[in-house]
Amino acid sequence: MEGFKDFSSCRYEISESNDGEMTIYLEGRVDANNASSLIESFGSLIRDRSPVSLVVDLKKVTYLDDFGALVIVELRDMMAAAKGEFNLKNAREEVLFVINSEAIAESPKLIKMRPPSLFVRFGDAILKYASDVKYLISFVGSVCLAFTYSFLHPKSLRMDDTFLYMQKTGVDALPIVGMISFLMGLIMAFMSSIQLQMFGANIYVASLVSLAMTREFGPIMTAIIVAGRSGSSFASEIGTMKISEEVDALFTMGFDPTRYLVVPKIMASVFVVPILTLFSDVFAILGGLTVGVCMLDLTANAYILQTLKTLSLFDIFLGIFKSGVFAIIISWVGCLRGFRVKGGAASVGQATTSAVVSSIFLIIFFDSLFAVTLRFLK
Amino acid sequence: MEKNNIIEVRDLVVGYGSDIVLENISFDVEEGEIFIVLGGSGCGKSTLLKHLIGLIKPISGRIRIDGDDISDCDEATFKKILRKIGVLYQSSALFGSMTIAENVSLPIKEYTDLPQKSVETLVKMKLKMVNLNGYENHLPSEISGGMRKRAGLARAMALNPRILFFDEPSAGLDPVTSVELDNLIIHLNKSLGTTMVIVTHELQSIFNVAHRIIMLDKQTKGIIAEGNPKYLKNHSDDPFVRNFFNRKSER
Repeated sequence: MEGFKDFSSCRYEISESNDGEMTIYLEGRVDANNASSLIESFGSLIRDRSPVSLVVDLKKVTYLDDFGALVIVELRDMMAAAKGEFNLKNAREEVLFVINSEAIAESPKLIKMRPPSLFVRFGDAILKYASDVKYLISFVGSVCLAFTYSFLHPKSLRMDDTFLYMQKTGVDALPIVGMISFLMGLIMAFMSSIQLQMFGANIYVASLVSLAMTREFGPIMTAIIVAGRSGSSFASEIGTMKISEEVDALFTMGFDPTRYLVVPKIMASVFVVPILTLFSDVFAILGGLTVGVCMLDLTANAYILQTLKTLSLFDIFLGIFKSGVFAIIISWVGCLRGFRVKGGAASVGQATTSAVVSSIFLIIFFDSLFAVTLRFLK
Repeated sequence: MEKNNIIEVRDLVVGYGSDIVLENISFDVEEGEIFIVLGGSGCGKSTLLKHLIGLIKPISGRIRIDGDDISDCDEATFKKILRKIGVLYQSSALFGSMTIAENVSLPIKEYTDLPQKSVETLVKMKLKMVNLNGYENHLPSEISGGMRKRAGLARAMALNPRILFFDEPSAGLDPVTSVELDNLIIHLNKSLGTTMVIVTHELQSIFNVAHRIIMLDKQTKGIIAEGNPKYLKNHSDDPFVRNFFNRKSER
């Protein structure tokens, strides 16, 4: 018989007969603390000595949990792989039950949650797209119905919530919109001045900044910021309500979830995003003015005069109109994605990302539509 | 044989800010016993549990888990204590993006050096133990509430902790599933000697599984009864305690 091998709170001893039979005498606690070391040690033992048959004696084992049972199962499997015989001696009934349990052998092979193959994903994407389109159409109908009802029954409109969303979407976004627009105006003026200075046309910096911001960048930048701040928040709020069954609760209490959750958000956005856009225009012009006065030797008066000369009311109203359309897109997509949440926390994350990405895409897409339409109308 | 106190709570005051929920609570939990914390709604059962598992620090007092003070210890001791406990949350708290097997294997992979194949076998054994064999590759959203509870129990048991905490294990389960879970708790307690601390107010479960209970009270903000529930049902001095166990409404 060979000497003991010690593992924390457990040890084993080996004896080998001449006909290739090996016996392992286990002692002490076989548990989570020593299972992996025992498996490793037995693995190398069986590889080195290749016994014809193996007997494991559990007489002196004081504690054996499922980690211990795992050690025995691994030993049995190692012997089976080596086409050797395996036997247990002095095993308690519950150990035998676990080890002989056919359920382990019968249970399916564990799979890792990997993304499926390209082909499956392609098919899945088509099915998902079809289902999305179907839901999108029904959601458009549902939102239109909810708005019609709210206009016919103004008292049903949840004004408190609408004001709250106006504050969250509008007032709270003002500092970041103001800051980004000011910097945009600054950058635009700075970059254009480099070219315009060569022709002595510094004053046209004012025209460029004011026209570009009021017609294009003001509405787009504001919409992108609102999509990032509020569109994502709408999607995650409704998504979380969906998985915690709050939307179902609303429905069973007789509320129309669209009217209750979507109408205040769209109303608030349509009202505040155009105002935010106006602020964005003003801050961008201020940014341009800063560069004009500090770097291009223009007077503030000349800069403002040139701005007023360039801008027409049509330009400003076009920007405001576009931002109203963008506000509908952002709040509508945010709510739509929120309602599409299924399952758990990961789905809320996906809905939020999707709300922002879809909103930004649609904002740019609709902006190009406006550009093309205006070109043909003129 | 004399048993150790695996949990010792002394002069514990818990609450949120200036709002005291429980004060001067002292009790012990013996190793290997099924200990139930019960009381009416809002008496601070779940708050006490959150303190016992170290999620919230107490206002004052001591909580010793296997000799280490969980309310006042360094990071390393806290981690050591966490290895000794497992928690089954009321909502099971399984990770929705992972399969049942991945949920159970997560702590095993993190805290042991077992090879991948052994981890898989062990996970199957754990799931067999809670009668969930065959559901290894299902997502939590694809199985029933009772199954999620059992999967949560398998995850809490993943490293065979010395103490298992249960927050309302029977909540939301049908009577049959609830009894099955009770039997599972008794089986695990007997076979592995795991200490169980259960927060519940399900009377049937209490009579089925409890070795000893403490009862908390909202008014006195303390323990109003301690002992064997079957004895307290008829012999408690406090009529509220007797009424609680006999499902009577008057105080």
